[in-house]
Amino acid sequence: MAKDVAVIGVGQTYFVRGYEGSIRELAFEAFREAMQDAGITQKDVAASIFCSAPEYDKQRSPAGVLAEYLGLIPQPTFYIETVCSSSSSGVKVAYSMIKAGLHDVVVVLGFQKMSEITSAESQERMGRGADIQWEAPFGTMMPAYYALYAQAYMAKNGLTHDDLMNVRLKSATYGQVNERAVYRKGIKAEDFDPNNPDAKMKGAVAWPLRVGDACANADGASCIILANAEKAKAFSKKPVWVMGIGAASEAVNMAARPDFAKGLSVGYAASAEAYKMAGITSKDVKVAEVHDCFTIAEIMAYEGLGFAPMGDGKQLIREKATYKEGRIPVNVDGGLLSKGHPIGATGGSQIRTIVLQLRDEAGPMQVPGNPDIGLVHNVGGVGLYGNVTIFGR
Amino acid sequence: MGFEKFGRKSFTGVTKTAKFVDLLTEGKVEGTVCKQCGAKFFPPRADCASCLSKDMDWFEMPTKGKLETYTIAYYAPFGFEKDCPYTMGVVDFGALKLFARLANDIKPEDVKVGMDVSVRPLKYEDDQMSFEIIKA
Repeated sequence: MAKDVAVIGVGQTYFVRGYEGSIRELAFEAFREAMQDAGITQKDVAASIFCSAPEYDKQRSPAGVLAEYLGLIPQPTFYIETVCSSSSSGVKVAYSMIKAGLHDVVVVLGFQKMSEITSAESQERMGRGADIQWEAPFGTMMPAYYALYAQAYMAKNGLTHDDLMNVRLKSATYGQVNERAVYRKGIKAEDFDPNNPDAKMKGAVAWPLRVGDACANADGASCIILANAEKAKAFSKKPVWVMGIGAASEAVNMAARPDFAKGLSVGYAASAEAYKMAGITSKDVKVAEVHDCFTIAEIMAYEGLGFAPMGDGKQLIREKATYKEGRIPVNVDGGLLSKGHPIGATGGSQIRTIVLQLRDEAGPMQVPGNPDIGLVHNVGGVGLYGNVTIFGR
Repeated sequence: MGFEKFGRKSFTGVTKTAKFVDLLTEGKVEGTVCKQCGAKFFPPRADCASCLSKDMDWFEMPTKGKLETYTIAYYAPFGFEKDCPYTMGVVDFGALKLFARLANDIKPEDVKVGMDVSVRPLKYEDDQMSFEIIKA
């Protein structure tokens, strides 16, 4: 394993509804934790990258404002955006800058205050979530797009609503023990039962997806600090090394998408690149974080990452293979479904979880057996962007 | 003559493909084809993604296809709430695909993946122009 660039510090705020502070104060919380984790001060940081989905930010060009608030001026700073995968894209850029020898220590800060705008404004923006010229005029929303994938996939591969429900039940199991998660309540099968008048998860949002199939909006921030080998060894007792990075993009318009029953193409393309760079296969991964913005997305990710053959992802959830004690633990921090999905913060939050797992510091979420290789799968838009990042210790 | 006439509610005012709306009023659903390399596109493009030519022509979309997938929206973004629930889907014509709403006269329980469908222009009561998926 090449030990060129390492994560030396991680931080994350509590993911909440309606954070009582501004974006600079939200960013500060994640940054402070990551800096304390790394044991460094601002003078050790050579550059910073800020990541969010800009349609939620009232502040124009947030990077400069946040860099000043975090005490990171006059070092260079800039902004990176790939919607929901913004902060893993930020980590890719930070890796590249460090590997190129341009900077030795780089801070990547992902943030989102989704409550920054009113719910009416948010509804209006959601209507412009994908191709505004050719699709938004039909009244599209994020759940409807993922529902198109779910419908085709279920028809072809025998995936059932119970399978989707079981993905959510797994996420709720871990959301209950993750104190940073926005949704910490337990969920039972009866909460999805169409015959149960009190079932809070059963309502159709965009059929075949129901309330319980969708992740929760949240406010939150994450911070990942990366360093070159020299600085990593000097600062960190437990550096976690970046082994492989893969990224891909796909057509925005549904009319240009390949077979919907095969899931998101970016998962396959990005993971192939990341595995090749890391010199490993899917069988070497001991713990993974995948982009479960909807339950169907987790099933599709199992296949894109090679944890299950194409069309067979349902077996992993049926056999509980992706639980903490299973063959390949996935989203044992509650995932986006329970932890919440503050768009720009999500990738960094996933990376933080994997770093803690590899350092054996994940507390009640810790995967047994000292995992040595972990993977992060972070998707932007409806598979418009995909990043897969592999870490090792 | 603007693209603001397209769809239930348009988010784009100006595009070089605005003729698409005029064609809809003439009863045609058309894509664009590159005069240089022959690449076909739907939705229409003013520029060729394959050979970078700007020399494009219009062609009429096929009429027989299969419904590859669909969803029934029970919630809608701002400005579309009154239409709920509505069904949207993707038609596979073989070499080309198309995304649109399904016609209101198709009951949700009658919609099936793989069913034979066609496409036709649609004029809303407020004169907005669109196209919709219908039973073949």
